[in-house]
Amino acid sequence: MTQANHLIEVHGLNKAYLNGDTRVEAIKQMDFFIDDEEFITLMGPSGSGKSTLLSILGGLNHPNQGKVFIDSLDLYALTAEQRADFRSEYIGFVFQSFQLIPYLTVLENVTLPMAVTGQKKKVKTQMAMTVIDRVGLGTKALRLPDQLSGGEQERVAIARAIVNKPPLILADEPTGNLDSKTAKDIMILLQSLNTDGHTVVVVTHNADMEAYASRCIRVQDGKCFV
Amino acid sequence: MKLHNISLGNIQRRKGKMLFLVLGLVMGISTVVTLVSITESMTWNIEQRLNQFGANIVMVPKSDRLSLHYGGINVGGVNYQVREFDQKKLSDIRTIKNHKNLSIIAPKVLGPVTVKNKTVLLMGVVFEQELALKTWWHKSAGRFPERENDVMLGSRAAALLGYKVGDTIRLSDRAFNIAAILRPTGASEDDAIMVSLIAGQTVLGKEGKLSMVEISAFCQGCPISEMTLQIAEKFPHAKVTAMKQAVMSKMQSIEMFKSFSLGVSILVILIGSLLVMVTMMGSVNERTREIGIFRAIGFRRGHVMQIILLEALLLGIIGGIMGFVTGNLMACSLIPMVIKDGVFAGINSTLGIVSLFMAVALSLLASLYPAVKASNMDPSEALRAL
Ligand SMILES: Nc1ncnc2c1ncn2[C@@H]1O[C@H](COP(=O)(O)OP(=O)(O)O)[C@@H](O)[C@H]1O
Ligand SMILES: [Mg+2]
Repeated sequence: MTQANHLIEVHGLNKAYLNGDTRVEAIKQMDFFIDDEEFITLMGPSGSGKSTLLSILGGLNHPNQGKVFIDSLDLYALTAEQRADFRSEYIGFVFQSFQLIPYLTVLENVTLPMAVTGQKKKVKTQMAMTVIDRVGLGTKALRLPDQLSGGEQERVAIARAIVNKPPLILADEPTGNLDSKTAKDIMILLQSLNTDGHTVVVVTHNADMEAYASRCIRVQDGKCFV
Repeated sequence: MKLHNISLGNIQRRKGKMLFLVLGLVMGISTVVTLVSITESMTWNIEQRLNQFGANIVMVPKSDRLSLHYGGINVGGVNYQVREFDQKKLSDIRTIKNHKNLSIIAPKVLGPVTVKNKTVLLMGVVFEQELALKTWWHKSAGRFPERENDVMLGSRAAALLGYKVGDTIRLSDRAFNIAAILRPTGASEDDAIMVSLIAGQTVLGKEGKLSMVEISAFCQGCPISEMTLQIAEKFPHAKVTAMKQAVMSKMQSIEMFKSFSLGVSILVILIGSLLVMVTMMGSVNERTREIGIFRAIGFRRGHVMQIILLEALLLGIIGGIMGFVTGNLMACSLIPMVIKDGVFAGINSTLGIVSLFMAVALSLLASLYPAVKASNMDPSEALRAL
């Protein structure tokens, strides 16, 4: 059913929310695939279903219908705990408003995904420092998030997303809260991660960001246009 | 980075709320510790002053006669015909199962003597034991008998016979020195002459015989009736009677206080747990997004639950220690107010361990529902929460 070079395959995906009595069709019958090592932007207006789609791809949100295969793995055939392990191993999430843990330092925030993996403390710190250096925050590792600028916090979020070396990075409007200069830097960083071999899916409603991607998937009214 | 780092970090960040939670635990634990300490001290203080209750077991020779005494009136006329048993066997009493609970054993010999043409009750007693048992005995003059030929007179006996301290009294041709006169006690000894056991036995011609033994036994929840049976078994010719009233009424008030304490403890612990639960629930709700992040980066439900319960464990330990310390301080300052002449029985390490476990269990139990709720949060919903 799945093809060898497709990292992600989405078949007949449907997702509806119940908002009180009204039913909101957030995803309507989507079919697409994403290849290994692609850099995809998911573009579309606000409310079109981009975040919903991203959370489904990341194994966080159960669809009503359809299947999601990642690396030939039927994501929603797994148990909730298996999906948690899958996320730990396969997915790096970058959220719109950084979503750092405020009471943990940069280093601790980045080490967080390794709290449930088995490495030794020294190895964990080493791995975390490597990615912190990679995003250019080597000198600020012991700061708390609120001692950093928005762009720096986004970098921490990216470092946290890549520390477990996941094949797939899912970013939901990572530049939404940043000025255009900082936004560009972040896109360049994501691009370089893609060059390093990560498959990257970035949600954005900013058309300028298309330039960094290898392909754009447009989303409108819960439907996708590849 | 381990899960406990997250728990510790959160506790440090939310000091105020966590303090509130610990307060709930301290309240519950310290109340229990205080009440248990007070109860213990009550019992301990009673044990310390057990003698003031006098004998609680009395052993007399079995008799086939019916008693002619009622309310201190002897309707059988002057009747000092008493029966005896052997003094030699008395040491057997130390072989009963509950011998450790025996405190004072006061043997005595009783009989009539004639002094100045009056018949008087003569009691041969072991003064040391007798005085320990009858703490309400006070001398109005002289010093308590020490020597073989010292005697002590009851207040009425002294008055009626016209003796004072220092006088010599002749008891069946033997001269005794009146060492002390008792203040009125309202009991039989007011009318009696008391000499040492050996002297009494010689004067009455009852060498090696005893007329009665008064026994004082006390301990926490002492099985007085059982001990009575044990003694009766050893002395088939004696009638062993438990005189429980004094001790029982004291013990009863302790029992009542215990029930009261239990009720209060349960109530306060319930309130404390509610406080813990509400605070934990609030903390979990506040951290909804954080929990969403944890789930998104690959934490299992179990991991989220571990984080919350680890916090509960740490706070439980803190609350337990603080509660124990507070409880002891409260007991220390309350006991002198609650118990007359009461003394704090001291820090009970078992109670310390129990309160620690109790605090931890309480904290964990009260946090269980919030922890389950946190772990069951839908991660995508949690991330949307603002
Ligand atoms: N958890 C939810 N509960 C109810 N409605 C939701 C939920 N998440 C999204 N929606 C609705 O689904 C639609 C798509 O939302 P979303 O995926 O967030 O779009 P986008 O990210 O493109 O702005 C919107 O109408 C939104 O209100
Ligand atoms: Mg969105």
